Amino acid sequence: MGFMDMIQKISGSAKITCKKCEYEATEYELVKNSYICPNCGFAYRLSGHDRISLMCDKRSFSELFTGLTSKNFLDFPNYQEKLDKARTSTGEEDAVICGTAKIGGKSCAIFVMDSKFMMASMGSVVGEKITRLFEYATENKLAVVGFTASGGARMQEGIISLMQMAKVSGAVKNHSNAGLLYLTILTDPTTGGVTASFAMQGDIILAEPKALVGFAGRRVVEQTTKSQLPDNFQSAEFLLEHGFVDAIVPRPELKEKIAQILAMHA
Amino acid sequence: MVSYEKLKTARKNGRPTGGAYIENIFDQVIELHGDRRFGDDLAIYGGLAYLDKRPVTFLAMEKGVDLPSRLARNFGCPKPEGYRKALRLMKQAEKFHRPVICFVDTLGAYPGADAEERGQGQAIAESIMEMMGLHTPVISVVIGEGGSGGALALAAANKVFILENAVYSVISPEGCASILWKESTQENVAKAADCLHITADDMKNFGVAEAVIPENFEDFPKMCSGIRKMLSDTIDELSALSEDQILEQRYDRFRKFGIFDEKGAKKK
Repeated sequence: MGFMDMIQKISGSAKITCKKCEYEATEYELVKNSYICPNCGFAYRLSGHDRISLMCDKRSFSELFTGLTSKNFLDFPNYQEKLDKARTSTGEEDAVICGTAKIGGKSCAIFVMDSKFMMASMGSVVGEKITRLFEYATENKLAVVGFTASGGARMQEGIISLMQMAKVSGAVKNHSNAGLLYLTILTDPTTGGVTASFAMQGDIILAEPKALVGFAGRRVVEQTTKSQLPDNFQSAEFLLEHGFVDAIVPRPELKEKIAQILAMHA
Repeated sequence: MVSYEKLKTARKNGRPTGGAYIENIFDQVIELHGDRRFGDDLAIYGGLAYLDKRPVTFLAMEKGVDLPSRLARNFGCPKPEGYRKALRLMKQAEKFHRPVICFVDTLGAYPGADAEERGQGQAIAESIMEMMGLHTPVISVVIGEGGSGGALALAAANKVFILENAVYSVISPEGCASILWKESTQENVAKAADCLHITADDMKNFGVAEAVIPENFEDFPKMCSGIRKMLSDTIDELSALSEDQILEQRYDRFRKFGIFDEKGAKKK
């Protein structure tokens, strides 16, 4: 980021172009509008910390399980470079932030996946932190609120990334058996191995409008079926129609809705 | 290049598929159909049988052996109703305290529009989660291709075995090659297969499989009687555990997977 960009960002006058309608909004406009395009209503992807500050009560978030970092144990081409780049550009250690927080005064354990970090792909660190969070929540009798976003399992960690799906699922199962609530919020994009594990294991599953949610990639599905897919294919609305999410909640109403649900399970 | 040779072997025509193992390992096989919700997916072959003198529930991904059976079985790529049938039979096994034995062989869960509509991701997610909580011993054997989440959906087991030329991978080497190098030429696919570490020996090294089973297709009945003994012994071993211990063993088995650095922690 150049000096002028920095000044513009700080003053909130930098322009950001909406990828759906190409409307140019200022940073200030977007912050005020929960990062929703003022023109078309598209919900921008959020960084983990922006999400936390939008959803959690002020100063209630306390981060857990920091200090875990991925390593290139398979010597996979360019993995280290990708990790370094993602760490620099996001300032995060990896693609998920975990902790405890209050939402509308209700305590919960929370995880937020950050698609700006290697498309929030799930490797060992993501799997380990979310597993630890469910174990912590089970021990401390807390509900888990999880914001999912992911390109899927992190192929740079080979089979070990696939194993994370079972590892997290085991911890979700124990948390569930303890009679505790797991509330999932599907955000854009939630796909692959994350959809095929903890994103779809919530007691209650909410989604943000128009979020892309699916298992196989759209292009792969198109090649397989050799037919045109409807525009809304694998959208939150498509999932609602087919019975796979409980409700679609626009971002400005989301915090209130989560608080309500938490209160009903207190 | 070793990985690529293995991949080709794992996919080779004429390699025994799920049904052949069921026929040669078990007695008095009774097939059970349907997920009781939508339909019957023949990519998954499941039912009851005797393993030696013990009743078990078996589940096998079946690719088919000729064109008509491959079409009927969707080339071994299960749809949500396949995973839901498998889960139904696993829950039934739990009710009657029967062990579950799974044979994994799939390129992956079917990536079709209908599968997405019926919740492919949800079906796999539920299968994995419920397997992690199953109060009965579960053993999985990867006999050909262990393709990603679609394979794991029948492999969240207490013990996993893998045939010497079978492969197990988070993504198909073709998929990986096209992401990394845009084109999945044979050379790129071979490179990707190496990068991903997909061979049976790799699985043994990572602890993803407990044992590698030697192949002997020239004398398949003999090979299968070896597998029968291995399965029987493993079930004896697991049956000595209480239900809670079975759960704990499976949880710990998966809990240990993860290679990362941790500040302040001892180096692994």
